[in-house]
This record gives sequence, structure tokens and C-alpha cells, in this order.
Amino acid sequence: MQTLTELWNYYAQNYTYVWEEFYKHFLMSAYGVLFAAIIAIPLGILIARYGKLSKWVISITNVIQTIPALAMLAVLMLVLGLGANTVIASLFLYSLLPIIRNTYTGILGVDKSLIDSGRGMGMTKFQLLRMVELPLALSVIMAGLRTALVVAISIATIGAFIGGGGLGSIIIRGTNVADGTAIILAGAIPTAVMAVAADLIMGWLEKRLMPGRKQKKSQPRTA
Amino acid sequence: MLTFKNVSKVYEGGTKAVNNLNLEINKGEFIVFIGPSGCGKTTTMKMVNRLIDISDGEILIEGENIRNKDVVELRRSIGYVIQQIGLFPHMTIAENIALVPKLLKWPEKKRYERAKELLKLVNMDPEYLDRYPNELSGGQQQRIGVLRALAANPPLILMDEPFGALDPITKDNLQDEFKNLQQNLGKTIVFVTHDMDEAIKLADRIVIMRSGEIVQVGTPDEILRNPANEFVENFLGKHRLIGQRENLQTVEQIMYSDPSTITENETLSEAIKIMKDRRVDSLLVVDEENVLKGIIDLEMIDKNKRKNVTISQVMDTSFYTVKQHVLLRDTVHKILRNDMRYAPVVDEDNHLLGIITRASIVSIVYDSIWGDDSNTVLSV
Ligand SMILES: Nc1ncnc2c1ncn2[C@@H]1O[C@H](COP(=O)(O)OP(=O)(O)OP(=O)(O)O)[C@@H](O)[C@H]1O
Ligand SMILES: [Mg+2]
Repeated sequence: MQTLTELWNYYAQNYTYVWEEFYKHFLMSAYGVLFAAIIAIPLGILIARYGKLSKWVISITNVIQTIPALAMLAVLMLVLGLGANTVIASLFLYSLLPIIRNTYTGILGVDKSLIDSGRGMGMTKFQLLRMVELPLALSVIMAGLRTALVVAISIATIGAFIGGGGLGSIIIRGTNVADGTAIILAGAIPTAVMAVAADLIMGWLEKRLMPGRKQKKSQPRTA
Repeated sequence: MLTFKNVSKVYEGGTKAVNNLNLEINKGEFIVFIGPSGCGKTTTMKMVNRLIDISDGEILIEGENIRNKDVVELRRSIGYVIQQIGLFPHMTIAENIALVPKLLKWPEKKRYERAKELLKLVNMDPEYLDRYPNELSGGQQQRIGVLRALAANPPLILMDEPFGALDPITKDNLQDEFKNLQQNLGKTIVFVTHDMDEAIKLADRIVIMRSGEIVQVGTPDEILRNPANEFVENFLGKHRLIGQRENLQTVEQIMYSDPSTITENETLSEAIKIMKDRRVDSLLVVDEENVLKGIIDLEMIDKNKRKNVTISQVMDTSFYTVKQHVLLRDTVHKILRNDMRYAPVVDEDNHLLGIITRASIVSIVYDSIWGDDSNTVLSV
């Protein structure tokens, strides 16, 4: 009970600070995923086209994924120095795998007969990608972005150790004072809320983008 | 218009799918490829729009080697219905139908109009235009698949088992619709099936294939009369060879040319009188010019006998008719299968010429099976 009151007091006194860190935390995660998407989606498309590359690219990103977050941050810090940019760079690296993998499987998962159908009607390679493959793979790609974003939000917490800021810095403050339970919670709760919210929103988007879903609005009327 | 010259296809791995195929297809002709599964029908078709590379030989369209044409333009100029229907689930029916026009950069409004016009051709309501493929039944989807191939008005259309997964009655109706379409639009059509009934019904010429080679080419009648070898005979099946004679007769030859009729402005009591006199339970309704308007039977009269109405207000206007020159074999199936007791026979302008009844068809079938045995007693 006492912790709750303390927590409440903390928010009451520091709400601008908490909001700033929340915002910063979100931006770091979002940028990391966004930059990763810019690279990973085209790369996923590329390896779906040229199957031989796929093994290589996926293994490399797989290895990146297995590096512990703290180690990754430390190594990147040696190169890029302290600060938010380093955090974004590591989130970028972690996000590559889920996005590449989902783009790849999404594109390859498009029904072969639809590809044949499109080619047979005279679509160019680019038209086939834009009008058939990407729209049909979109929900799978979104699922990749969703995983990446949720992972990024949790990893971004550690970014505070190298001066990246974010909600992690509130948690670290809590660990540095004698009785910091309330402060730790003050940082941890918004982090969890952000992760869950991101998951829900992206999940909703993913469903919306499922091919052939839009028609749910108009039910068939004829018998 | 379409020429195959010594065309062969060997897949990687050595499968010889098509072997030295030679064929000349004329403009406006309806060619049906038929053969057992795996005999190379799909492969042959896909070589025409270059979805599959030709290993040897050449294919010419209007005398021009397809290898020298731009592949994208070539495909846009050929209608293509793939074996698996292949409608795009994320596009509306209108978008699906008008896809090639879109690739050809027609303006949006024109594309929508075109889709609407085509949908009318297969008697589907325009409200379907904004639906998505998974809201349609299998038969409706196959219709859309066919319309999509017609959209940009290509002179040549390739159709790979377009009516594959349909129940017999829907299939029958679609075949009728489509044959009419083809005759009216004057398209050259290359059609693949492994349903012999379908081939006989639709084809101007049938190409029978086996393991990548042509076994026989000819009109349905030629093939029925002179099967090239045992393989073709077996493929046709005994029942078809026996029923040959029946296959060549037209509806006009067997119809009864004095059906019981009534004009549309008459009263119900007049109808009852005619029925009594002629000992029938239904009448064909015509206007002064003898154009068929509807059908009326005892049941309809019974339901309305207390009201003061004319024939035209109670008659049934949705009924099946047969054109006079249709071959009997195309009609027999439909009448027997749909359990119709009779079908009015009309000319091109819907003038009533006669009627064929289930009984008359059954007697023809008996004749063709047991010969002209005048002692055979028919009771239907
Ligand atoms: N991509 C491919 N690679 C290797 N072999 C193939 C390929 N496609 C088809 N074949 C083989 O070529 C032969 C002809 O195949 P094709 O698809 O043309 O048959 P089909 O007559 O259309 O059969 P169906 O009636 O079952 O559709 C078959 O033996 C098949 O296994
Ligand atoms: Mg096939």
C-alpha cells in the first residue's frame, strides 16, 4: 500500500519527466524498427527472388539476434560512443531478423497460381510485386514489424546504461537509491504498458491488412 | 492464326512433356485439347503465352514467331484462364475482371464500365462488382475467371480447364453461356479439358493427346465416326460410339411441330378449355406473331382461378428453350438431367417452332441402343 502511495507521489511530482522519457523511449524503438524496415523489407524481397541468398542473409541476421543485448550495446558504444543513436543502432540490428524473415516467408507464401495468373495476364516483374505479392504478403510483413517493435521496446530499456535515456533511466535511478521500489515500478509499468499497447495496435493493423478481409463489412446478400 | 511447328518441351530433369507437336489453328476456331492427366496440355498452353519456354520448334501467332515479341505485350494480347481460377483475393470483382485493361492503362471509369458489361454477359448482378472473390460461389468465381480473360477483348484466349470443379448442372449452363459468347464474339479459343462430354459439346476441332503427342485431330463428328486407334476409342467410351447416330441429329428433326398453345391475352377459362380438348396439362403462351412468351400449367391456373386475370399475368416466364439447329446430343443431357418434361423449340427470334418432350428423347435413346426395333414398346 505504501509503495502505491509513493508511486502515486512520484508520478504527481515528475509527470513531465516521466512523459519525456516515455516519449523518448518510444521514439528510439520506433526509429530502430523503421530504419530496419527500410533495409529489411527490400532485402526480404530480394532473397525471396534469389533463393540462394536467403540462407546467408537469414543466418547472419540470426547470429545478430543471439548476441546478448548488453554485449551488443557495449560493442556498439565503442564505435558510436554514448547516447541514443547507439541504442537506435542496436535496435536496428535486432529488428532485422524478424522483418527480413517475415517478408521472405510472406512473399514466398503467395499462392503460386496467383503469380502465374498475374504473369499470364502480362504484369511486369515490378507490377507483380506491387499489385500482387506485396499486398498479399502485407499482413505477414506487419507481423514481423510487430515482433520487432515489441522486442525493441523491451531492449530499449537497457539503453539507459549507455546514456540513451528512456524509461530505463527511471528504473536505474530506482536501483541506485536505498528504497527505490516505487521508482523502479514508475519506470517499469509504462514500459510494459507501451509494449502491450504496441502489440495490440500492430496486431489490429495486421488483421486489417489480411487479404480479402475488407469485405467483412458487406455480407453477401443473395441466397 | 496460331501455328505450332515441331514444338517440344523438355523440363529440367528430363521429363519430355510435349514432343514434336504440329498444329494449325484457324481464326475463330474453338480448339479443345483433351487427354489423360500429365499428357502435356497445360504445358502446351503455357508455351503459347511464354509462361514456359519452348525447348525446340516454334509457335507463330498470325505468322509471327512469339519469341520475337515483347513478352509482356504478348501476354496482354492473349486472354488466359488458368487451371486454378486464380482470382486475386485482395481485389474486388471489378478490379479482377478489369486487370488487363488496367495494365493497358485504360481510364478507371472505362474499366468499371467494361467489368459491368461483362458481368451482364454471364447474367450476374452488377452488385457483385464491389464484392471480393471469397464471397462468390465456385461457379461464380469460374465465370469471373473467364470474364477476366475477355476483358481487353483479345482475339485469342487460352483456357485451362476453366469449368473444372463444378457440379454438372452449373457446368452445363456455363458451357452453354460460353459457347454462345464465343460464337457471338468470334474469338479463337484454345481450351483444355479432360472431360469428353465437354470437348464434344464445345469444340470445332478436338485435339486428343497422349504423353506429349497428338493422337488425333478432328471435328467431334469425325472423331466419333472414325476413332484413330484403340486409345481414342477407349477415351471416347463405348456409350458414345453407340450413341453416334443420335449425336448427329438436330432438335428440329425430332421435335413435335404442333404443340398446344394459347395467346397471351386469353382468359384462364379459355386455357382450361384448350387443355381439356387436347388432353394436356400445360400450354405454351405466344403472342400474335407466334413469339414464345411463357408457359402456363394447371397448377398456375388453379392458384389464380378466382381472380379475373389474363394468361400473361400468371404465366411462368423463366423457362428453358432450345434453338432449332442445336444438336440433339447437347440437349439430351440437359433435359434428362434437369428432369424437364419438355422444352419448347424456337428460332433465332424466339418464334415458337415446336416442342421436344422427354418421351421423344427417351425413344431416340432406346433406338440408338437397341436399333430401330419397331416392336419396342415405350411407356413414359
Ligand atoms: N515445372 C515442371 N517441372 C518438371 N516437370 C513438369 C513441370 N510441370 C509439368 N511437368 C511434367 O510434365 C508433364 C505434363 O504436365 P502438364 O501439366 O502439361 O500436364 P496436363 O496435361 O496439364 O495434366 P493435368 O490434366 O493433370 O492438368 C507431366 O508429366 C508433369 O509431371
Ligand atoms: Mg493441366
